[in-house]
Amino acid sequence: MINAAITGVGAVTPLGVGADSLFTGWAAGRSGIVNGEGACRDFDPTDVLTRKEARRADRSSQLVLAASTEALAQAGWTDADGGGELPYASERIGTVIGSGIGGFITLTENHAAMLQGKPVSPLAIPLLMANGPTGQVALRHGLRGPSYGVVSACAAGADAIAAGLRDLRAGAVDAVVVGGTEAAMVDLARAGFGAMDALSTTGQSRPFHVERDGFVLAEGAAVLVLEREDRARERGAEILGLVRGSGSSQDAHHLTAPTPDGSGASRAVLAALDNAGVAAEDVDYINAHGTGTPLNDRAETGAMQIALGAHLQQTPISSLKSALGHSLGASGAIEAVATVLALANRVAPPTLNLDQPDPELDLLHVIGEPMPLRDTAGRAPVALSTSFGFGGHNTCIVLGGI
Amino acid sequence: MSTAVTRDDVEKLVLSSLEELGAEADALSPTATFEDLDVDSLDLAELSQIVEEKYAVKLQGEDVAKLRTVEDAVNLIVERAAQ
Repeated sequence: MINAAITGVGAVTPLGVGADSLFTGWAAGRSGIVNGEGACRDFDPTDVLTRKEARRADRSSQLVLAASTEALAQAGWTDADGGGELPYASERIGTVIGSGIGGFITLTENHAAMLQGKPVSPLAIPLLMANGPTGQVALRHGLRGPSYGVVSACAAGADAIAAGLRDLRAGAVDAVVVGGTEAAMVDLARAGFGAMDALSTTGQSRPFHVERDGFVLAEGAAVLVLEREDRARERGAEILGLVRGSGSSQDAHHLTAPTPDGSGASRAVLAALDNAGVAAEDVDYINAHGTGTPLNDRAETGAMQIALGAHLQQTPISSLKSALGHSLGASGAIEAVATVLALANRVAPPTLNLDQPDPELDLLHVIGEPMPLRDTAGRAPVALSTSFGFGGHNTCIVLGGI
Repeated sequence: MSTAVTRDDVEKLVLSSLEELGAEADALSPTATFEDLDVDSLDLAELSQIVEEKYAVKLQGEDVAKLRTVEDAVNLIVERAAQ
């Protein structure tokens, strides 16, 4: 089985610009949520893009362009000034970026302009289309292999990683740049999610809390550079971690609500373990989807009980959304990046704001300090990262340390 | 309205619009080519909207495709505005 070596990661999140600020901030228990929302307040697109590049990109693309630039530099594909030579034929490098909505800001701004009788920008369509971020990343870095966007609501970031892994294993590419992005902090999104009672009315992100009352809207992006493990080793790349497998399922239960007992999502977790060739007992950490909605956290607990059985009681679980809020189609990729760094540091970072865990969710929470991961002789630690999207989409990624 | 359109005004508008669209200020001049300025068809479509709003002059796709320099664009707009 071909493993995907992760040779570079990048992120822009409410905790700051860069994967390092994401992981160190979370591990230190810092929150990026201000006034009930997780905005990327430290992000200035012109730090990485020219003025022209920035105005030709929706914020969702700006975020992922910055994350991809960081990830490719870490992989050694580019040097500090953006030059450098790709380690594989450009036609053999794919690009897959997930997004829940696409260019939501561009869409709403142009629609408002049109209603006021003003011209709609010729940039409106290329900036609002959901595959826009994928095209932008490929264009910036000259990646000429298979590329497409992935759209599965809040599972899109994880599904992009899963799709890239499949392309790699199928031999369609030697390397693939995967990730997710979302910039949907617009009034239409606030009103829409609010109308369906999905948003926290208290503005607090409290996954697994007895008084959790919905998710906190956030934005962000993350990118991972995946290479065939054998090829990455051949070229002497530093390997940060492995994508060992993925699994997906569809609830076919309800437009938005998960299967209440978690059985739908459990099939994604079981498929991922099977795909990775990892036994349930060998899972050392779970990076939960953990949105903080009453329904998600209950169904997710059920899914893990079905998939991991008694081993769930010994497996630390935590939700990064407690520190960032929910960045929809970006979240699966951001959480994968954070999980890779958690494995590299051999810790499980905490779920913030969890002073009163819901007694009905029988889980081994990480509260306060990061919890050291179990050390098993002869193998590196393994983590699961789950993502579930409105529309019934469930995806689980199996990540391995080095 | 067309009598009020001077060549100077048009040139100023085109140059300032191109800068707004992201062209480098140092490189902007009447004789600069769109290729050198990295101004492409999408930029020219945006420029056409600005010109239409200001002078009620519609620049059609084929006319715009032929433009090579800033001066070409200015000449076309002045010519259309006079019609």
